[in-house]
Amino acid sequence: MSGNHPGLSNNFSRSGEKFSWSKDNLRSIKNIISKYPKGREQSAVMPLLYLAQEQNNNWISIECIETIAETLNMPKIRVTEVASFYSMYNTRPVGENLVQICRTSPCWLRGSNKITKTICKETKCEINDTSDDNKFTVVEVECLGACSNGPMIQINNDFFEDLDEESTKKIIDNIKEGKPNVIGSQKGRRSSENA
Amino acid sequence: MSLVLKKVGEVQKMLNEKDKVFQNLHGFQEPFLEGALKRGSWSNTKEILSKDQNDIIELVKSSQLRGRGGAGFSTGLKWSFMPKNTGKQHYLVVNADESEPGTCKDREIIRNDPHTLVEGCLIASYAIQATKCYIYIRGEYHYEYVQLEKAIEEAYERGFIGKNACGSGFDFDLYVHRGAGAYICGEETALLESLEGKKGQPRLKPPFPAGVGLYGMPTTINNVESIAVVPTILRRGPDWFKSIGAENNTGTKIFCISGNVNKPCTIEEEMGIPLKELVEKHCDGVEGGWDNLKAIVPGGSSTPMLPKNICESVLMNFDDLKANGSGLGTAGVIVVNKNNDIAEVIERFAHFYKHESCGQCTPCREGTGWMHRMMQRLVRGEISPEQIELLENVTKQVEGHTICALGDAAAWPIQGLIKNFKSELISKYNKKLKAS
Repeated sequence: MSGNHPGLSNNFSRSGEKFSWSKDNLRSIKNIISKYPKGREQSAVMPLLYLAQEQNNNWISIECIETIAETLNMPKIRVTEVASFYSMYNTRPVGENLVQICRTSPCWLRGSNKITKTICKETKCEINDTSDDNKFTVVEVECLGACSNGPMIQINNDFFEDLDEESTKKIIDNIKEGKPNVIGSQKGRRSSENA
Repeated sequence: MSLVLKKVGEVQKMLNEKDKVFQNLHGFQEPFLEGALKRGSWSNTKEILSKDQNDIIELVKSSQLRGRGGAGFSTGLKWSFMPKNTGKQHYLVVNADESEPGTCKDREIIRNDPHTLVEGCLIASYAIQATKCYIYIRGEYHYEYVQLEKAIEEAYERGFIGKNACGSGFDFDLYVHRGAGAYICGEETALLESLEGKKGQPRLKPPFPAGVGLYGMPTTINNVESIAVVPTILRRGPDWFKSIGAENNTGTKIFCISGNVNKPCTIEEEMGIPLKELVEKHCDGVEGGWDNLKAIVPGGSSTPMLPKNICESVLMNFDDLKANGSGLGTAGVIVVNKNNDIAEVIERFAHFYKHESCGQCTPCREGTGWMHRMMQRLVRGEISPEQIELLENVTKQVEGHTICALGDAAAWPIQGLIKNFKSELISKYNKKLKAS
């Protein structure tokens, strides 16, 4: 079923700490709700899940769900349903860098298997694992929509494209050393032009 | 002067640079307002909005623009289904949930030429009497979302959208809503459910969204590319658009080529460019040469693959691909050469559909899982000729028996594989049998 990353369990858990919105997020929430008609505040549940995830170290705890349900005056089960249906809401804690490797055919035809191997080796993670130092969580995902630039991965919000084993290793090394990475094509393409 | 349209099947010339709708598809120019104004966006929007709404619909109809999201339905005709003067809130919803494997065209429009989309939203909304429009963008496109939000902010600041948009007297609001990683939300009614804050599970039709859509109100849902070409069609006229491509397959089209080609790319070309030319000219050919070609999936993962002999001559438009047993779909061209196992390509698609089934209809929920497990065994050469027939039979029981087309989309690639490579699959089994 459309849902969480295989292996990222659908069982929600508590963080043990109360989740309350930051001041900035309270302002954003007002703005978000105003995009939808009166009485249709439920439409804001997806953007609010994103906000909560961002504020809560990149995962959705039961406390987050309770707070969202209260803010939007929704039953908790409706929020839970949405959070478990969409794969981008992490229902368990993840490492600082969520590495998502595209495994679908267009990327696979261009060697995504090798990218997976390299990443597992360099991060010392199996698929669906988080590294001991909490730096990385590695998952395989379905098509991320950059097929002309395959093989590709997504780390948190950023796409890294036109990968080979060497450039993949470099990206992981840079993260380990706290150095910046160039996002997008690793072969110097501007976007998806013939080059 | 009456325009004589080319017939489907006539060989066409290469697209002129000046006839490209998306002048900044690859982002070498400034993507935002400054660049967009130079490229002609927003140049006479007020004049366009002074036309009668029905006239705009008629112009788009006569351009023979067909929806770029996969189904290929006439965009103008779709707009004409919207009820008129209902006194209700009408909505335009733009489907930017680009998730069909092989497809990455809307991404380039949104990040590199977002004003074509923003202006298209305004004009299309005006034509269907919608004062509000939502763009539903897939969650993974975070960078693209930021680009789009910036373009929308610019358009508001300049008075192009918002109250009295472009000084036309028409009030218009445009919002972006992010998805969160569910392929099914590209299905139009699942997208509406998602936008309403629910699980993205498709609705039964009828009622159709034109009558009962977002929040129960009249709604039209269009693909990004369909909307983004509208301003240029109205500016240059339907006859210009029709002069490119062939009858009922008009205009330019963005193709995304991925897989085993030397230079994968996304490119705007004339609708109906020969598939072989697309691969040879724009992608520097198949890895290992044309003779190393195994098959091509012409329109995103859902469309059945074409064997090499058809790839030699097929044209990349709706009708010619349909006549050859496949479809244009989203124009995501996936090239597979002989170095790869074609069965594994399809097994990975089967995994995709299993993962993305929303779980609502039994044939799809259970069928996609079963088909995937069979495909895994097929890759290992573990299913017998009888079982291959059983697999084919099951795909036909999933196809057409679900609320939305995801069941069909999961069935077609497997059918295409068996149709074209059955003997190869059988010899795989025999080989394995011998070895054990």
